[in-house]
Amino acid sequence: MLWINTKRILKAGFVNFWRNGFVSFASVVVMVITLFVIGFVVFVGAILGSSLEQLQDKVDVNVYFLTDAPEEEIIALKGDLETLPEVARVEYVSREQALENFRARHENDELTLQALDELSENPLGATLNIKAKETSQYESIARFLESDNALGLQDQPIIDRVNYFQNKAAIDRLSKIIDAAGTLGLVISLVFAVVSIIIVFSTIRLAIYTAKEEIGVMRLVGASNTYIRGPFVVEGIMYGVIAGVITLIIFYPLTLWLGPVTAGFFGSINLFDYYLANFGQFFLVIVVAGAALGALSSYLAVRRYLRI
Amino acid sequence: MIYYDNVSKVYADRSVALQDITFTIEPSEFLSVVGHSGAGKTTLLKMLLVEETPTEGSVFFESTDIHSLSKRLVSELRRRIGTVFQDFKLLPHKTAYENIAFAMEVAGRDDTDIAADVPHALELVDLEEKAWSFPDELSGGEKQRLAIARAIVNQPDIILADEPTGNLDPINTFDVVQILKRINDLGTTVLLTTHNKGVIDTLGKRVITMEKGKIVRDDKEGRYIL
Repeated sequence: MLWINTKRILKAGFVNFWRNGFVSFASVVVMVITLFVIGFVVFVGAILGSSLEQLQDKVDVNVYFLTDAPEEEIIALKGDLETLPEVARVEYVSREQALENFRARHENDELTLQALDELSENPLGATLNIKAKETSQYESIARFLESDNALGLQDQPIIDRVNYFQNKAAIDRLSKIIDAAGTLGLVISLVFAVVSIIIVFSTIRLAIYTAKEEIGVMRLVGASNTYIRGPFVVEGIMYGVIAGVITLIIFYPLTLWLGPVTAGFFGSINLFDYYLANFGQFFLVIVVAGAALGALSSYLAVRRYLRI
Repeated sequence: MIYYDNVSKVYADRSVALQDITFTIEPSEFLSVVGHSGAGKTTLLKMLLVEETPTEGSVFFESTDIHSLSKRLVSELRRRIGTVFQDFKLLPHKTAYENIAFAMEVAGRDDTDIAADVPHALELVDLEEKAWSFPDELSGGEKQRLAIARAIVNQPDIILADEPTGNLDPINTFDVVQILKRINDLGTTVLLTTHNKGVIDTLGKRVITMEKGKIVRDDKEGRYIL
């Protein structure tokens, strides 16, 4: 019996969807807009997240050592730093390497190179390039370098300067801006998402309003509430699934077109690559959200007319 | 079979729809209820369908007080009652065939039964040709015959016909009354409300006359007297 009823409800849902052609079409269009906004929220989150990550990746601390700092002490300090839980990695640039880098950077600048050649010895100190796991941890790493732990063997300072303190203001500022932009973007997108969900609710409610009399007749004939509601819920799910698939199709050319633009502008991800890489998740989120939204809207809308 | 026990209905605005209604409907009876508009005929029927609840008194269907039934049991009760209305109350997005099939689905009948009984019901009201037409595509008389086919397909215990001829011309009226009579002859109880004098006078069956919510006459072989 249950199986027969399920079959009949499914069939009635499909038939109603087809026969109420225009209403179904309108509901699907409204739903596409909503799901599009939801998808958009996901994309905005991804772009902001990855640009924040990229920017954080560019933040680092450089420790410049005095030119007479002994290499083994620097290596020892590097070892100490690597034991800190906050530190992701430490890169050592020796004096020779630093000089080479300098020459490479100024290879077209004869004057500077000549001046360098005038000097009898290498004027550059060695450096350690430190990356932390989180941006907020640079502060404590810098403090560690300030403390006595970073002194040489004879308690003589070997560090010339730490550039964190010079960049601190800029780094802080940038993190705050990205954070704020992320929050604002998400809030705006969420507001859009909520508004469009409300629109879907009212559209489906209107669609079912036209069936008010029909629901009354079904009750008179003795149909149970489940049996009356079932086909409407099936219809709602169909709106959602069809709208979901249309939305996914629309995103394909859209991201293809926007991909290079976002990649260039945010210096982060190519939306198209992101879309393809995460298509499975997109499919789930959009189609499931659509089906759930349709089912819930229909369920609530019919309930109004079943209460009497 | 059906017993109205001192039923009164007073609405919130104090207008009285029914007042101390007591009468019995016997099995296989053909009972007509006549009266002016607003006399309370429709309210009387709605009581039996549990669309209205009495302010006082009770309505019994085979010794069950139907206004104390749960929602689910009310649905089951309604499946034992066939209804025909002045405004047809057909499902507009279903074909004639599907309208009848729907009533059977609701009653939990299986697909083979449905495939066998629906054409039979359509034939009974002379609508085989219109099986795949939507209600919009049917004439008033055809719509009403379809409503009757839907009402009888589950072999209900009683048919309620609320002004079934109100929207029909004399020829269709005659048809509908003949069909109702045939159904009654086959053993189904019929409760008909009407204000069509001709219909009552040709039937020659029991007639209850209502006025301002009260029963003023109850005649065994009644005529239309108002």
